[in-house]
Amino acid sequence: MKTFAELNFPGRLVAVEGLDGSGKSTQIYLLKRWLEQQRLKVYFSEWNSSELVKAATSKGKKRELLTPTTFSLIHATDFADRYERHLVPLLRAGYIVLCDRYIFTAFARDVVRGCPPEWVRGVYDFAALPDLTFFFKSDLEVSLKRILDGRPQLKYFEAGMDLRLSTDPYESFRIFQGRILEQYLAMSTEFNFLVIDANQLVEKQQAVVRELVTQKLRLADFHRAERAPSKPPADAHKKSKEEVAAS
Amino acid sequence: MKSAAKNQIVVPHPTKRRFYGHGIPGVDLDRLAGKLIVVEGADGSGRSTQIEALVEWLEGTGHATVQVGLKRSTLVSEELERAQEGNILSRTTLSLFYATDFADQVENIILPALKAGFIVLADRYIYTLMARDIVRGMDEAWLKNLYGIAFEPDAVFYLNVPPEELVQRTFAKNATLDYWESGMDLGLSRDMFDSFMKYQTAMEKTFRRMQTTYGFTIVDGLRSAEAINAELQKKISAVLAGK
Repeated sequence: MKTFAELNFPGRLVAVEGLDGSGKSTQIYLLKRWLEQQRLKVYFSEWNSSELVKAATSKGKKRELLTPTTFSLIHATDFADRYERHLVPLLRAGYIVLCDRYIFTAFARDVVRGCPPEWVRGVYDFAALPDLTFFFKSDLEVSLKRILDGRPQLKYFEAGMDLRLSTDPYESFRIFQGRILEQYLAMSTEFNFLVIDANQLVEKQQAVVRELVTQKLRLADFHRAERAPSKPPADAHKKSKEEVAAS
Repeated sequence: MKSAAKNQIVVPHPTKRRFYGHGIPGVDLDRLAGKLIVVEGADGSGRSTQIEALVEWLEGTGHATVQVGLKRSTLVSEELERAQEGNILSRTTLSLFYATDFADQVENIILPALKAGFIVLADRYIYTLMARDIVRGMDEAWLKNLYGIAFEPDAVFYLNVPPEELVQRTFAKNATLDYWESGMDLGLSRDMFDSFMKYQTAMEKTFRRMQTTYGFTIVDGLRSAEAINAELQKKISAVLAGK
């Protein structure tokens, strides 16, 4: 597997991964704002957001129709749709593509649900690797608290209830998230995760993220082509006339 | 005297089953009493006629049946249909969408039916799905891994009808060629008739090549429906008897 840079794409893909409640979505949002304010070509894509596939996914979730295999495949379908129709063309056009969750989410979740790791990785092997992957590493208890404080009503699959870990959704969620964290940590070295301490303040984390992005991407390469405003060409024209006169 | 003999109902003989690849988590194939019979072939090859006749025969001989087919899952069939009409999905996406539809039917219909001892008749299986993608240039190793969730059926029949005859049968029925069955998305030709012939020829070739890996029975689909069904019945009888 290669990164987009290794495949000679002009664009770069930056992914964030982490547990629910690790604060990764806040961090990638702030990164996006910062890049946009520098007038760079940025595109943001979220896990499980393909318009086409979403209806089927939410039906499956609502009616609890999904098994580990169909759960995995329907998310892969969603990912493939975004990958083929948005991510790849934008990366070809030299965009910085920001992904809130990438294939590692599937690698972690589907394996915890019991899918064979080789099978899951095989299904996703049409996808190139991100150029940068930030992993927001939070203490399990911190993530749990963030989620459980905010949204006390846990959804069935979100809590991993399909795994029958516990009849109590909160207990099930704890065990499920703990196992996902183990999977993430096991992948960290293999996929060069840039590990961010997600127990720190938002600003501290964002400073580290921005610093690493500046170091690892040549941001100047991603400037939006400024559309020629009406005035400068007129000046340029005058100047060339002067040049002609001078010569 | 055994009651089975008295009523002349054959009790299916259990067989050893295997997944083609990594399989499905939590599924034990050893506990499936029923049989899975697959009928493959292009549109117009006579699949539904044959399946209908098999149901008639099987039920007449005391077997309960269930039918499955492509794009029939509760989970994604509507969405898949809609996406295909708009022709907006890219190759990998469409492939994974079909795999989701297939997996949903395996887990929610085929496996429970086999567990309950039904004879499951499948109007196409992974072979059509794989052949379509192979013809479209997708990576075979990727497809093999993907469909490693499928298990080997008890019998697979490929109704082989040459493209020249398929096109005649299609016109006799509809007077139009289907966009996908003509492989129009491949850009083989702007002429639909021409594209249909080329696409179906490529599909036939792919099926013949896959036959060497998956060992299905190639049935001459040019004979009468009765003659074909007699051949299928003979082979299925052998399967039921555990031969």
